[in-house]
Amino acid sequence: MAQNALKDSLKTPLYDLHVELGGKMVPFAGYAMPVQYAAGIVREHQHTRDAIGIFDVSHMGQMLVSGEGVAEALEALLPIDVEGLGINQQCYSVLTTESGGILDDLIVTRWAENAFFLVVNAATSAGDLAHLQNHLRGCDIRVLGQRALLAVQGPKAGELIGELAPDTRALTFMHGVHTKLFDYDCYITRSGYTGEDGFEISVADTAVEAVTRELLKDPRTAMIGLGARDTLRLEAGLCLYGNDMDRTTSPIEAGLQWSIARSRRAGGDKAGGFLGAETIFAQMEEGVSRKRVGFTVVGKVPVRAGADVIDEAGNIVGKVTSGGFGPTLGASIGMAYLDRGYEKVGTDLYALVRGKQVAITVAKTPFVRQRYYRG
Amino acid sequence: MSNVKYTKSHEWFRAEGDLVTVGITDFAQSQLGDVVFVELPEAERALEADEEAAVIESVKAAGDISLPFAATVVEVNSAVEETPELVNEDPEGEGWFFRVRLEEASALDTLMSAEEYAEQAEG
Repeated sequence: MAQNALKDSLKTPLYDLHVELGGKMVPFAGYAMPVQYAAGIVREHQHTRDAIGIFDVSHMGQMLVSGEGVAEALEALLPIDVEGLGINQQCYSVLTTESGGILDDLIVTRWAENAFFLVVNAATSAGDLAHLQNHLRGCDIRVLGQRALLAVQGPKAGELIGELAPDTRALTFMHGVHTKLFDYDCYITRSGYTGEDGFEISVADTAVEAVTRELLKDPRTAMIGLGARDTLRLEAGLCLYGNDMDRTTSPIEAGLQWSIARSRRAGGDKAGGFLGAETIFAQMEEGVSRKRVGFTVVGKVPVRAGADVIDEAGNIVGKVTSGGFGPTLGASIGMAYLDRGYEKVGTDLYALVRGKQVAITVAKTPFVRQRYYRG
Repeated sequence: MSNVKYTKSHEWFRAEGDLVTVGITDFAQSQLGDVVFVELPEAERALEADEEAAVIESVKAAGDISLPFAATVVEVNSAVEETPELVNEDPEGEGWFFRVRLEEASALDTLMSAEEYAEQAEG
């Protein structure tokens, strides 16, 4: 099963360690990645909620964009206040398309007045690079191909990383610092994709295995695979690019209007000026024909991506984009795009699973409270 | 254990008189990972060969059980509906799915023995 795809996959610098630790390797976004280790997805998920999970996310794209006026130039592509970011402050953003769709979602961190560090999705990395090169003439765009990325997530991550790199103790959510970990230079940010407090550590690919092995010596830590990464982010109500949004969905339909800075909205100081702004403003004004929502499932059956959503009368009113079992909740949950009029929290609908109607209810996200460290 | 037979699709069948208990193998549960949902057939349902008889969902995937022969369901193990983890913990014991009565007693003869199954699961 998928052996050829696996054989042709790229490897992260932690590939051998994953195999040594019993990782079940699967092809993902062109890379061979561990979907789980021996403990299994449920235990890995719970470990991250209770202690510290370590994730290899080296498949993600890391880029450095720099040059005179780069902050202003980036604002033509990102609907955030790039110029307003402090040094070592970071911000979630979408890269919009001309038609108001989402080319990718990413984290932008200001490293210096004229230098920004971007972390983008693996599968979209090449397209993002072409897009940046096209639109940011005169800026220097470098893919940081020699860097790996580790996520260290969970309620005890602050203690551990704080002990090892004391200058991370002062970091609040969405801030970073250049520091050393076990004597290796790295860039550590307080961020992640699990809903928990935690860090992402960008480090040289030649150092990442040593850093990971050192971190694994601490009894609070365990390696966590992509399977639990998905259940953790789903419970935290976080979107997965390619599932929950893509080029055909706008940030408004995707429920990501919060990511558009106030100053960039209609009537703001720096309103518009990014790709697709007119479409997006019109949607903010007039509403959208469909919207991403969360839902809970009555009963335990997992409702997975691709399932149709129907109303009482049997009309198709939406489609599930992510879904499955949430181990912390002990219940099935998901996200769906629903037609206008059905998106209200508490609306009772059905998902079609193997031809059977499964009762679902539109619910608030996150499903599990986010526990970011805000100081 | 000589009365236990296996399929390529990782089901096991244990014959006791004219009744046959059905489950999935340890290999199958390890491939599926944490089982979170099981849907069993109704008792007395007449199953055709290769018809989907039960559904198993793990955190990461969905699978099903079908029989390579026609049979009638006589009993289901509702414990695995209540506690799907039983399928991971004891797949060839407490994690059984249901019991059927065969239409033809010889139906199991063509299935694999434990040794044959072990060989092909490894290969």
